[in-house]
Amino acid sequence: MDWGNVFSQALTQGIGIQAVIFALAAIGLNVQFGYTGLLNFGQSAFLAVAAYGLGVSIAYAGWSLWVGLIVGILAAILLALLLGIPTLRLRADYLAIVTIAAAEILRLVFRSVTFDPVFGGSDGINRFADDFYKYNPYSGTVNLGPASFSENDMWIVTIGWILVVILSLLVFLLMRSPWGRVIKAIREDEDAVRSLGKSVYSYKLQALIIGGVMGCFGGFIAAIALQSIQPDYYSTDLTFFAYAVLILGGAARVLGPIVGSVVFWFMLVFIDGALSGLVSSGTIDFIRNDQVGQIRYWILGLSLMLLMIFRPQGILGDKKELSLDAR
Amino acid sequence: MRRLLLAFSAVALALWAFVGGATAASAAGETIGGVIKTTDGGVPDVTVNVSDEAGFTEDAVTDDEGKWRVKLPGPGTYTVTLDTVTLPAGVTLTNPDRTTADVVVGEGQTKSVLFPTGEARTASESTLDRALQLTVDGLIFGLTIALAAVGLSLIFGTTGLTNFSHGELVTFGGLMAYFFNNLLGLPFVIAAAGAVLAGGLFGYLQDRFFWRWLRKRGTGLIAMLVVSIGLGIFLRYVYLFIFGGNTRQFASYSGQAGLVFGPIDITPKALIGAIVAVVVLVGTVLWLKLTRVGKASRAIADNPALASASGIDVNRVISVIWMAGAALAALSGIIYSMSLGVNWIAGFQLLLLIFAGVTLGGLGTAVGAIVGSIIVGTMIQLSTLFIPSELKNVGALAVLIVILMIRPQGILGRSERVG
Repeated sequence: MDWGNVFSQALTQGIGIQAVIFALAAIGLNVQFGYTGLLNFGQSAFLAVAAYGLGVSIAYAGWSLWVGLIVGILAAILLALLLGIPTLRLRADYLAIVTIAAAEILRLVFRSVTFDPVFGGSDGINRFADDFYKYNPYSGTVNLGPASFSENDMWIVTIGWILVVILSLLVFLLMRSPWGRVIKAIREDEDAVRSLGKSVYSYKLQALIIGGVMGCFGGFIAAIALQSIQPDYYSTDLTFFAYAVLILGGAARVLGPIVGSVVFWFMLVFIDGALSGLVSSGTIDFIRNDQVGQIRYWILGLSLMLLMIFRPQGILGDKKELSLDAR
Repeated sequence: MRRLLLAFSAVALALWAFVGGATAASAAGETIGGVIKTTDGGVPDVTVNVSDEAGFTEDAVTDDEGKWRVKLPGPGTYTVTLDTVTLPAGVTLTNPDRTTADVVVGEGQTKSVLFPTGEARTASESTLDRALQLTVDGLIFGLTIALAAVGLSLIFGTTGLTNFSHGELVTFGGLMAYFFNNLLGLPFVIAAAGAVLAGGLFGYLQDRFFWRWLRKRGTGLIAMLVVSIGLGIFLRYVYLFIFGGNTRQFASYSGQAGLVFGPIDITPKALIGAIVAVVVLVGTVLWLKLTRVGKASRAIADNPALASASGIDVNRVISVIWMAGAALAALSGIIYSMSLGVNWIAGFQLLLLIFAGVTLGGLGTAVGAIVGSIIVGTMIQLSTLFIPSELKNVGALAVLIVILMIRPQGILGRSERVG
């Protein structure tokens, strides 16, 4: 088997579309979970409403790309309000249950036959983002060391990383501001913050909205890069991939989501590629070729467990900053 | 760490036995088949054509039982066409426009394609009759959820763990019953009993070697919640790896004719499953109210430190609760799979409904979990009167959110629990 090819594939995904999508999702999650301590288990829903807001605006309503992006962002804000208002006064695990339930509700509605004319059923919405590629400055395949991208991929990856940098800077500035200090104090001790006269509830709601809007850019990138919005892409697994990325990189660290996403996707794709190579060449014979794709979910499950048990602060984190507990 | 590995390898070993069955099935090659029947039985001599874009085409003719089958050259997308001219007089399709179907067949898969005949059933039924039927279906579904919900609620009550891998305990029951019934060929009742015992053992081992170890390390509740998500994902995909992605039926009682009571149609297996569920649930509630272990578990739920100080062996009680909760979850999985088949993801699909039931009834109380689950189950089925059945779970989950807004402690919960 060709190890060089496996390596360059892994590197391509490690700095490519998947890494960008999950870095963005994890940046949003970092504001909510890392800094504020909110257990948002419905991050996939924020990505989904953004993607569908964009797709429906363009494909169904016939509006332009820019209007679609605004609709997507508004949808994410609305979702944060809907989720946050009833649950942020309650204990942390209630928010977890409600957000995961809301994400499932949205997925079921998006894929239903009833709303097929608008959301496209289980096939979703396809080929709607040609406008985006009109502005593509690249032509031909672009090689970055061993990694290589098609011209369209390179364009969306460029925009994606610019977004990642802008949002990371924003998180950095926010967390240095008085607002950020209140947010972190809420994570450490809600009652202490409340006794200082701050409205914990409204700060939490603000954090949920900001994190949701940041995460929703991941949905835009996913929708435009794949030229396709499929309901099952936005399953709960997406949320937990984002959690794994965040915890691996280091929650409550500005660079955590970026490092986590690059390392995690490089690792996943490398193991995927190596395994399918070894299975095809017959070196490993207890796994069938169609089972190789399942192995990444073993890695996802095991990394969530082992990281949370042995290194909850991840690669970059500070253990003292992460004393999360519900009651 | 060694203990952890030990516990997992024991479970993995038990499940590994499936691999033999799974690979044997895949060696048979890809086929598409189906059965064409009316209420009077199978329809013979109907021609069905299977073709693909690469030029493969083959006709099959149904046998005396109405069955047909085509062996395929390999995985791919195939078009199945029913030749309506060959249908005997008096037999019409439920949907006359649907005479072709596109089927994607993966490696080693057997796909079935059905062409339903006769009038659509719903047309001839009154709304009241349908409501009655749905209420009965809903009660049975609710009882299935309740069995799993009790365990989730008890484990939350005694350890504070919101266990997102509880659904995998449900799946485990179905898978083990399949293993005993189909692969070892044991009679169904013995297979089910064995699966419940295996479920209890799985729960015990999980607590003894994993969760107790985490509690001892002082892992926080939120961290444990995330760990349970990781464990759930891991177990789910281990199940998929071993069992494969298909939904399979138990060897016993797979196609059972329904008993008809007036407007209500119910299969004997569903009725027996419901009776077993009621007996077990009543037994569990009495056990919690009357026995020493039951009382101790409620004491621990109130105040673990005080319970420990008054001489209760907290770890032993938690072990018993885990064992009982996992055994109940396994039973729930078996009853669910009797009607809907065994697959790798059943428990995960039930998980949110279990949460809805538990939250509706009040987190941490057994009776609340039962009442809440039965309401959720009934409501899901009844809601199909008004909304498309593909969206029925949406209604249940939406109610979960509404309940949290107006009465977060649930119907039977105490308000101070929520904080």
